[in-house]
Amino acid sequence: MTRKPVDTGDPDRLYTVTGGRSRADDSFDLVTLIVSECEPKAGMQSEHARILDLCRHPTAVVEIAAELKLPITVVRILLGDLLDTGRITARHPRAARSVASLPDSALLKEVLHGLRNL
Amino acid sequence: MGSATSELPSHRTPLADAAETGLKIVIVGGFGVGKTTLVRSVSEIRPLNTEEVMTQAGVGVDETRGVATKSTTTVAFDFGRISLNERTVLYLFGAPGQERFWFLWDSLFSGTLGAVVLVDTRRMDDSWYAIDRLEHHRTPFVVAVNRFDDDTTRYSLEQIRQALALSEHVPMVDCDARVRQSGKDVLITLVDHLYELALAQEATP
Ligand SMILES: Nc1nc2c(ncn2[C@@H]2O[C@H](COP(=O)(O)OP(=O)(O)O)[C@@H](O)[C@H]2O)c(=O)[nH]1
Ligand SMILES: [Mg+2]
Repeated sequence: MTRKPVDTGDPDRLYTVTGGRSRADDSFDLVTLIVSECEPKAGMQSEHARILDLCRHPTAVVEIAAELKLPITVVRILLGDLLDTGRITARHPRAARSVASLPDSALLKEVLHGLRNL
Repeated sequence: MGSATSELPSHRTPLADAAETGLKIVIVGGFGVGKTTLVRSVSEIRPLNTEEVMTQAGVGVDETRGVATKSTTTVAFDFGRISLNERTVLYLFGAPGQERFWFLWDSLFSGTLGAVVLVDTRRMDDSWYAIDRLEHHRTPFVVAVNRFDDDTTRYSLEQIRQALALSEHVPMVDCDARVRQSGKDVLITLVDHLYELALAQEATP
């Protein structure tokens, strides 16, 4: 297993992008779908602008992270900024988040149906 | 895989505007077991890569200076997705089963519907740890055996069940991660299992 010497975990870059913050809003699940509520504006932090651009259609947090090539934590911080100022909305997963509790059978049936029809 | 396409700007396929519910399934297994191959064969998008970093203050101790240092744990994983209908989209994550990955389980994979443990019978040891951790996190799972052409052992599923000390309640399935229908069958086996578990849970007051 090889590890890249400089991952996107480059601390300086992360520090710059997040303005030194390291605590993320973990209410953003990997599969929370983000939707822009406004256009990117000149003068905005470039990462914020890119998120608003990407999320013209619903886009999962994990897809935003992959597109921006930033770790999940950093993306959660950036999304927190945008949510606080009403520039995005978040569609959170409805599956149970607590450990060891299954989603309801109706949802699972819907998933089975979707998979069988692929 | 040709790498020529990776130079092109990514052409994203957006989700339907009505998409509202994201779901997760995790495929866990050792390096080279076929996780990315499985994700690719069922995903509607080319698998994407991302990673998470976790900084643990005071974990590593710099012995030469005798001071606690910050250590950064980086875990990379890939994912694909399947739009199940206009509203519901299933994300599939291919995740390494090694130790540092499990530190991030709660932060990344809480709320996961369930997991697939992908097994290569030539390296069964890699699967032990993943099974142990999934049981610890109480995540329901199935075991899929990715049969490689050059695997001459041909252990039966029953032999593998015994070797992994798996309870008979854990469904097992053979697969070829390169084949879309086979990958779909693995997912259906898992969701069928989850459905049965959910029905049983709903039946107990
Ligand atoms: N013969 C055979 N090769 C496979 C199969 N699944 C994966 N491979 C190959 O094994 C290698 C490792 O697979 P990959 O999906 O990258 O493994 P990962 O590290 O678990 O993501 C790749 O070269 C695949 O083409 C399979 O079912 N049969
Ligand atoms: Mg891989």
